[in-house]
Amino acid sequence: MNFQFVLDNLAALTVTGLTQGSIYALVALGYTLVYGVLRLINFAHSEVFMIGTFTTTIIWAALGFGVGAAAPSTLGVLGLILAAVLAAGAASGATALVVERVAYRPLRKRNAPPLIFLISAIGASVALMEAAGAITNRQPRGMPSLVFPKVQFSIFGADVTNLQLGIIFSALLMWVGLDTFINRSRLGRGVRAVAQNPEVAALMGVNKDRVIMLIFILGGAMAGAASVLYDVKVGLTTYSVGFLIGIKAFTAAVLGGIGNLRGALLGGLLLGVVENYGAGVFGNQWMDVVAFLVLVVVLLFRPNGLLGESLGRARA
Amino acid sequence: MVGLLVGAAACAKDDDGGDTTSASSCDSKIAFFGALTGGNAQLGINIRDGAKLAVDEYNKANANCKVTLVEKDSAGDPAQASGLATSVVQDAKILGTVGPAFSGESKVANPILSKEGVVIITPSATNPALSKQGDKTFHRALGNDASQGPGAALYMKNVMKVQKTYVIDDASEYGKGLADQVKTTLAAGVIGSGVVKEQQTDFGTLVQEINKSGADSIFWGGYLREAAPFLKQFREAGGKAKFVAGDGVKDPKFVEGAGATAAEGAILTCPCVPPEKAGGTFAADYKTATGHEASTYSAEAFDAANILLQGIKAGNTTREKLETFVDGYTGEGVTTKFKFQADGDIDPSAVAVWAYTVKGGQIVALERTPTS
Repeated sequence: MNFQFVLDNLAALTVTGLTQGSIYALVALGYTLVYGVLRLINFAHSEVFMIGTFTTTIIWAALGFGVGAAAPSTLGVLGLILAAVLAAGAASGATALVVERVAYRPLRKRNAPPLIFLISAIGASVALMEAAGAITNRQPRGMPSLVFPKVQFSIFGADVTNLQLGIIFSALLMWVGLDTFINRSRLGRGVRAVAQNPEVAALMGVNKDRVIMLIFILGGAMAGAASVLYDVKVGLTTYSVGFLIGIKAFTAAVLGGIGNLRGALLGGLLLGVVENYGAGVFGNQWMDVVAFLVLVVVLLFRPNGLLGESLGRARA
Repeated sequence: MVGLLVGAAACAKDDDGGDTTSASSCDSKIAFFGALTGGNAQLGINIRDGAKLAVDEYNKANANCKVTLVEKDSAGDPAQASGLATSVVQDAKILGTVGPAFSGESKVANPILSKEGVVIITPSATNPALSKQGDKTFHRALGNDASQGPGAALYMKNVMKVQKTYVIDDASEYGKGLADQVKTTLAAGVIGSGVVKEQQTDFGTLVQEINKSGADSIFWGGYLREAAPFLKQFREAGGKAKFVAGDGVKDPKFVEGAGATAAEGAILTCPCVPPEKAGGTFAADYKTATGHEASTYSAEAFDAANILLQGIKAGNTTREKLETFVDGYTGEGVTTKFKFQADGDIDPSAVAVWAYTVKGGQIVALERTPTS
């Protein structure tokens, strides 16, 4: 155990943890939205993220930013990121929608019990992952560095780079956008109504199927944005990339209170930071053990997560 | 099934073309065993072409007593390996194999081949466990995954002259084995160590620890999937330490994933001889014969086939005699000086570990690593 190391580098570990946590948080939003409305854990969401990471590399290569390409200008970087967010958001959103149509809607129409949905979700996840594995020959796909990190400022001895700032702020921006949409817009009101009480919402004229389509698209788009940030940060993707990120994001959602948008954000950031501290104290190989222990301990005292679960009442 | 059909077809064709008029000791065959189709066919084709070159040269020099090369296409699939191995065993004229090419299929095929005495010389299957299966006719014409550890460490110590090394492994059989050997060889030169997890992509804490440790070099025992994002993040965090890794990382995908800038100057070791650096006129002969450059494992396959052919030429035309010959064989090939241990692994002194580096986004061969 190495507490001294963590104490000495607390600020630096916090910054790198927040960066990773931002990506968890964006993916967690997809789990939370679907759970909030349908009480369903969409295990295929990790593959929705994976599709986004590949779409990003494909769109970059199509725009001339393939392997071996030189670093573009600042304007070029912004353009590439925007193009990638749009493309990956669209691809991931579309994938999520297809999963909903193929794996969930037919079951919902037949009033299948929750266990059947769970199996269908796992099946969709495996099918998508294996399809991607077959198409890519299980080979990783790399991409050139888009952003070359430069230290912007130091805070408590931690050097903060433009890459880290960019990832954290992009994630926050996406989250604020989604939160505003759900809480302020007409469509968002529909989502909250269905989350609170589907029957009454239907009586009030809310189209439940449209709301469900909407949340899958929104969750998928968030995963798409997360996948762009992931690609910029990691620079390599494989067909199985979604598995670990998906588990972590799901953990983040549960930690914050599943079904709660603010909970997903808090859970994601917290998980990123805690696992970084854990890795510092116990060694890198204990990172996930620490993360899940924290989850169990939190759930012992707050069974509904830190902020409680409820998309419908997530206005406070 | 496809593999069996192709193998059988190749058999039939070769039988027709074989020299049936000569004495019975002149119709010996050796088999190529590996993937010629499927996702990993390229390595198999490299090996087949290397072995074919050896056989063709032999037949030109010994036109009165030719040896036939039988091609057994496994598609790299362990599920097909047992059927294919049985077909090799049943052809009494096949004395030995160049292959099986991959570790997965070797695990299945070697016991079947070995039980009937077929001499196995693999030019490419590097899983250390293969020589521990008790297959008495197994031989490996190159070092196993674990044997590059000392070479890599000596290269760091004597050529790169590093003082303070941080050793990282991925807890896999391959990665940990390699890292442990580097630790043993570098001894006091190791100032810290870490373990990464399979599929880990975020290395914030580890990068921080290494930078604080003042290490001048990093040894990575693991695969490229984790190494690429690690090195990218390490360089982005301002890390200057030299990066050294084994053949699990020696792949263009590593440069792609880490980015050419971050990967520049990384040292990658491999118990494989760069074909363009192989001895004699091998590289030129290969190009003339096949029309393309020799690639990974071609030279090892050429050597493996030649050992079998030398045995046959010396009159060892039964499986039993050929096995005795190969067990006692010492001689210079194009890749190294061969000598096998009792378990079939190449003698540690004969393991040719090569250092490669990343230069301008390409992996290029540097030199053979020191042996002491």
